[in-house]
Amino acid sequence: MPSKHPSRQEMPCQDPGERIGNFNEVALGFSENHARLEASRCLNCKNTPCIDGCPVGIDIRAFLTFVVEGEFKRALEIIKEKNTLPAITGRVCPQEMQCEAVCTLGKVKNGTPLAIGSVERFIADWNAMHDTGVVIETPPRTGIEIAVIGSGPAGLTAAGELARLGHEVTVFEAFHRAGGVLVYGIPEFRLPKDVLEREIEFLENLGVRIELDTVVGKTVEIQELLDDGFKAVFIGTGAGLPRFLGIPGEGLVGVYSANEFLTRTNLMKAYNFPEYDTPISVGRHVSVIGGGNVAMDSARTALRLGADTVTVFYRRTVKEMPARSAEIDHAIEEGIQFRFLRNPVALIGNEENRLVSMKLQEMTLGCLDASGRASCEPVEGKFEKVDTDMVIIAIGSDVNTICTSSTCNIETGRRGRIVAMDASQRTTMEGVFAAGDAVTGGATVISAMGDAKKAAKEIHEYITSGTSSNETSS
Amino acid sequence: MVTILSNTQLNDIIWQMDLEAPRIARKGLAGQFVIVMVDDYGERIPLTLADMDPVGERITLVYQVSGKTSLQLSQVEAGEQLSHVVGPLGHPAEVQEYGTVVLLGGGCGVAPVHAQAKAFKDGGNEVISILGFRSSDLVFWEDKMETVSDELIICTDDGSRGFHGFTTQALESQIEQGREIDRVISIGPLIMMANTVKVTRPHYIPTIVSLNAIMVDGTGMCGSCRVSTTDGTKFSCVDGPDMNGFQIDFDELLSRNSRFHEQEAISLEHFKKECKCKQAVQEVEKCK
Ligand SMILES: Cc1cc2nc3c(=O)[nH]c(=O)nc-3n(C[C@H](O)[C@H](O)[C@H](O)COP(=O)(O)OP(=O)(O)OC[C@H]3O[C@@H](n4cnc5c(N)ncnc54)[C@H](O)[C@@H]3O)c2cc1C
Ligand SMILES: Cc1cc2nc3c(=O)[nH]c(=O)nc-3n(C[C@H](O)[C@H](O)[C@H](O)COP(=O)(O)OP(=O)(O)OC[C@H]3O[C@@H](n4cnc5c(N)ncnc54)[C@H](O)[C@@H]3O)c2cc1C
Ligand code: SF4
Ligand code: SF4
Ligand code: FES
Repeated sequence: MPSKHPSRQEMPCQDPGERIGNFNEVALGFSENHARLEASRCLNCKNTPCIDGCPVGIDIRAFLTFVVEGEFKRALEIIKEKNTLPAITGRVCPQEMQCEAVCTLGKVKNGTPLAIGSVERFIADWNAMHDTGVVIETPPRTGIEIAVIGSGPAGLTAAGELARLGHEVTVFEAFHRAGGVLVYGIPEFRLPKDVLEREIEFLENLGVRIELDTVVGKTVEIQELLDDGFKAVFIGTGAGLPRFLGIPGEGLVGVYSANEFLTRTNLMKAYNFPEYDTPISVGRHVSVIGGGNVAMDSARTALRLGADTVTVFYRRTVKEMPARSAEIDHAIEEGIQFRFLRNPVALIGNEENRLVSMKLQEMTLGCLDASGRASCEPVEGKFEKVDTDMVIIAIGSDVNTICTSSTCNIETGRRGRIVAMDASQRTTMEGVFAAGDAVTGGATVISAMGDAKKAAKEIHEYITSGTSSNETSS
Repeated sequence: MVTILSNTQLNDIIWQMDLEAPRIARKGLAGQFVIVMVDDYGERIPLTLADMDPVGERITLVYQVSGKTSLQLSQVEAGEQLSHVVGPLGHPAEVQEYGTVVLLGGGCGVAPVHAQAKAFKDGGNEVISILGFRSSDLVFWEDKMETVSDELIICTDDGSRGFHGFTTQALESQIEQGREIDRVISIGPLIMMANTVKVTRPHYIPTIVSLNAIMVDGTGMCGSCRVSTTDGTKFSCVDGPDMNGFQIDFDELLSRNSRFHEQEAISLEHFKKECKCKQAVQEVEKCK
């Protein structure tokens, strides 16, 4: 018997055989028809669990209603109330753990949750294509200068929010391009860079200034910014310090951090070498260590750069993998291999210091840890050796303290994370706020945006009312 | 965009470029470097600050034409602009009153040695500079070095000028002559720095080398520049570039620095095909 609820619209994708030969976007996006059909599945739940599932609380039910009616511009307005970068989140949010995880449609028998992310992406893309120019009303300029450090999702969101309140925002970015992980980490085939450029242009139209090639902590100090007349500083410097395994052989030629591999390929466009100058050399048998989005991106990038085989080694099992499920599925379709319950203990080189193989420890799952994830332990005495000429380490990253280390007033905690008060995102330095991965450690685009929004609100309050624990009025 | 104030050839393969970079000129200290991108297709390459003029808001870089990007650099002219220059990066050189400091500079390493010699002299040290070149016609910045050194020793590989031999041999002979040396700084090709350490180690002379590992961001976020030391893995860009020479695994660094040789050759070929300036091409051929 057919289900009462029509099934979920499938996202059209580039054919796997074809896409491994290019860097074009894999997921092609919904058509108008797809989007309206999908939106029409919504049950209009009174209690809207989906909204609670979204870290920024987008009124999902409302925008879906507009989509059904074909009012795509109105739908975008609803989204933009809470989320300034829907073309991005629609593509990269781990929806199956957020809005879609709690969708009522997924709870009914044989049901599938509404494809909220895909519809969100459609709305953003449709409006960009039809150049609807959703107008954002901005109040009169306040003339108050605010500095934003870092141009990832956190920095861009804070900048956008503050500019919309009429403030003069300058974003300082260390790299020669704005976007943070969105430009140096997440590959073109998952997030086309013109989507990002579109969003950045939107901010610039709001009056946000972006100063590239500026490493705060080196080129200029936070204190100097405050002395120069910036009334508040927002830190959104991310978690860009790559973690290594700490095992023998990590200095061998052929061993990369995922950050290096992806930065060379995405930011520096090594996939277009030699048109672009930056080189990358990819092995024939590539091993990727890790199980998150970064590991999936590295594996799929290596395949596109011409590796014969790419294998992901993860110390737990597929169930515990933190990557978005769509990316795992796409990786499997593309022919990426997976070896679970394996953890490298040594990387082995030849006499020329080139990687030739890797020694793996067999692992087993233990009890659940505090986060509800199964822990894993080595199986004593069980090792194996695999041949490999390239290892990409994608086991997470820590916070780079280059921005804060020269300022002793900003307290940092475990792994360099900036201590920010939960509700306000205030740091321990007067007038300085922080959000995103720099505070939480590696997390998600949408959580960085959510916290940055909170910070922007606090900053606005701070500069307009001058309230603060140790200052009277401004 | 950063404006080029001048771009002058110092010898057959070495050039000096002055840039208008006020923020870097004011902040930069001896031992620090910048990362340069010639255009938006370019690679990010690190170059040491050879001199800063905070008043004139100018920085000076000295580079050796050794591949695509440096060749391209040599072809841009005063008045033109570089897409991106970021810095100052890395730790400044540690300058204290040590006593007698010997600085070794090889090839284009002479320029970074200049910035440091100046800093050590200002810091109250007796500065002996030992500069190495292949032959006499390649000597540059002798006058500039003289003003910041108490003693200047020029070495040439072919003996056409000064000490006949390598800088490390000149250093050895200084030690043999019983010279009291409190600190050695060595900046130049990896092989020269590795050999410096071989000379100084038996005499327990603290030796600092300036590591030229292959970099991308220069801010500690990629790990491309990592080196193995007896004190664990370090990132040259943020933990260095100056590091304790006794701790470095030079063999590993040598192989890591040659890991893109194949691509570098392709890149240069590709550029030469498009390159209109024949003369510069011949220059790089001479030096390869
Ligand atoms: C490969 C990869 C794939 C990912 N995939 C997903 C995904 O599919 N979905 C998802 O939700 N999340 C994903 N993430 C995580 C997500 O990208 C991050 O959580 C998010 O980007 C954090 O945003 P942020 O603004 O805090 O930091 P970042 O995006 O890291 O931006 C920080 C910015 O600050 C700049 N900066 C740092 N220090 C300084 C300084 N001293 N001065 C000036 N500028 C500085 C950096 O150059 C950078 O541009 C992925 C991460 C990676 C690495
Ligand atoms: C901290 C630091 C300071 C430096 N200062 C100077 C300087 O003052 N003057 C100078 O002439 N050179 C300096 N170098 C070396 C300079 O960066 C390289 O010569 C330059 O990158 C070569 O680029 P290319 O395209 O011309 O040649 P390529 O053909 O690309 O490379 C030639 C050789 O240069 C090295 N190299 C290549 N790319 C990089 C990179 N991205 N980062 C570092 N090394 C690379 C490699 O060992 C390579 O084999 C410095 C390097 C470092 C790390
Ligand atoms: S922002 Fe992310 S979590 Fe929120 S509705 Fe959109 S896709 Fe879902
Ligand atoms: S939970 Fe699902 S079905 Fe219910 S309102 Fe939200 S999107 Fe619609
Ligand atoms: S150059 Fe990237 S970490 Fe040093």
